[in-house]
Amino acid sequence: MLSIKHHLVAYGQSTIIQDLNLDVKKNEIVAVVGRNGMGKTTLMKSLVGMTPTKGGEVSLDGTDLTRLKSFQRVRAGLGFVPQGRMIFPTLTVRENIETGLAAVGEKKVPEDLYEMFPVLKEMQNRRGGNLSGGQQQQLAIARALATRPKVLLLDEPTEGIQPNIIKEIAQTLRRIRDERGLSILVSEQVLSFVMDAADRILVIEKGAIVHEENRAEADQEKIASYLAV
Amino acid sequence: MFDGYTSTELMSIFAMQGFAGLSLFSVFVLMALGLAIIFGQMGVINMAHGEFMILGAYTTYLTSGFFQSYLPGLFGGYFFIAMVLAFLICAALGALVEWLMIRHLYHRPLDTLLATWGLSLIMQQAYRSIFGAREVGVDLPEWMMGAIQVTDMVDLPINGLFVMIIALSVAVGVYLLMYRSGYGKKVRAVVQNRPMAEGVGINSAGIDRATFALGCGIAGIAGAAFTMIGSTGPSSGQAYIVDTFLVVVFGGAQSLIGTIVSAFGISQAQSTMEFFLSGSMAKVLTLLVVIGILMIRPEGLMALKVRR
Repeated sequence: MLSIKHHLVAYGQSTIIQDLNLDVKKNEIVAVVGRNGMGKTTLMKSLVGMTPTKGGEVSLDGTDLTRLKSFQRVRAGLGFVPQGRMIFPTLTVRENIETGLAAVGEKKVPEDLYEMFPVLKEMQNRRGGNLSGGQQQQLAIARALATRPKVLLLDEPTEGIQPNIIKEIAQTLRRIRDERGLSILVSEQVLSFVMDAADRILVIEKGAIVHEENRAEADQEKIASYLAV
Repeated sequence: MFDGYTSTELMSIFAMQGFAGLSLFSVFVLMALGLAIIFGQMGVINMAHGEFMILGAYTTYLTSGFFQSYLPGLFGGYFFIAMVLAFLICAALGALVEWLMIRHLYHRPLDTLLATWGLSLIMQQAYRSIFGAREVGVDLPEWMMGAIQVTDMVDLPINGLFVMIIALSVAVGVYLLMYRSGYGKKVRAVVQNRPMAEGVGINSAGIDRATFALGCGIAGIAGAAFTMIGSTGPSSGQAYIVDTFLVVVFGGAQSLIGTIVSAFGISQAQSTMEFFLSGSMAKVLTLLVVIGILMIRPEGLMALKVRR
């Protein structure tokens, strides 16, 4: 579904991601884990076009994204939930979701989104900035889903969120995948979340994938050793 | 300073100066709306905003001339056509300027300041070459002349009332556009977080162009309204740009209501005080109060309060 070949990202002289290759299959949840500063966020941002890419190819369902701008990538089917959620603070919850709808030319928030996140329906007229962290995370996911993505990218969705809600988010991701048949690429540091949510786990270190395992036969201790400082 | 006036005289002076202030208020509101929209969204301070206003004024002047020569029967309604034309011409020029110049200078606020200032000089000289250095005025249609006499001493001129109605209708229109339309939602999303707005599929470059054009178009309407209360010269716009900035900053750059309230406050204060004191003293006092309030509320009069 999403295919990344020889991906290269650099800020000035310092190369952050070098020759990274990654494929996300249809209906698959792939987690990229790694310590701080290993290139997770850079990878995510460069995939959605917020950070310029120096080289390589990114294609989505056969469409070449490499030369597209951010908003064009989103319209081509890439949904993005950024680190820190980045909802629009002074827009209401409903308006936040509607900004995503504009990409596919719809006007009304589809009922199924509210069904998935009932709390958002309850709070639809509140300003996004006044929601709690967990609610904002749901809003960010709903906003990304409103763009009807084929692949959903999430950058550290558990950051700053309490443990019992982390479990909920993992379940939500699996539910989204099952109900909507899309693929998910998520970057993460919390191992328990990854073990709950992902089908396949990749370890990123210094901008390259150094280890790969299916969750079914994943060796938690080995992955944990990559995450340890 | 109130010595020598009876209390009824004072009341009438306040009423009439207050009303004169309302005409000024109308032009301020229209100018500030355009400026605030552009500054709020793109962080671009458009020094040529006054010249866009004057372009609208000259458009109105030409339209009125055209109606006088060719359609004298319809002269009473020329102003409405002129207003639409002023909006369209200024918006078109605004879009062109954005495409040619401004879009290459985002993230460089000082450069846009200089570039738009240069643009303002070019536009002023162009007006001077085309229309001459002398100020021109338009003839008001019959129905706009005269005044409504409220009391023996208080007259309210009809053209002033009319200008105010235009300003308020445009303000309501802008409000509806910003807070009730799909375009407005996109604008507000881009204002708050540009990369993220792109990240949900909003074409922020397109929104920028539309917004810059809209802001310039509203300046054009301000120019059309301006012809009703003053005469138009190549550098008339200069007199308004500083006050307009004051209005925008004082009101809070992202708040429409704040802009209107601050335009009202500043225009009323100036117009009332100008009667009793000299013009520059009036300005000094206004500025002092504005600075004092901005020290207490740096975000402007009305800023939304949310977690960020």
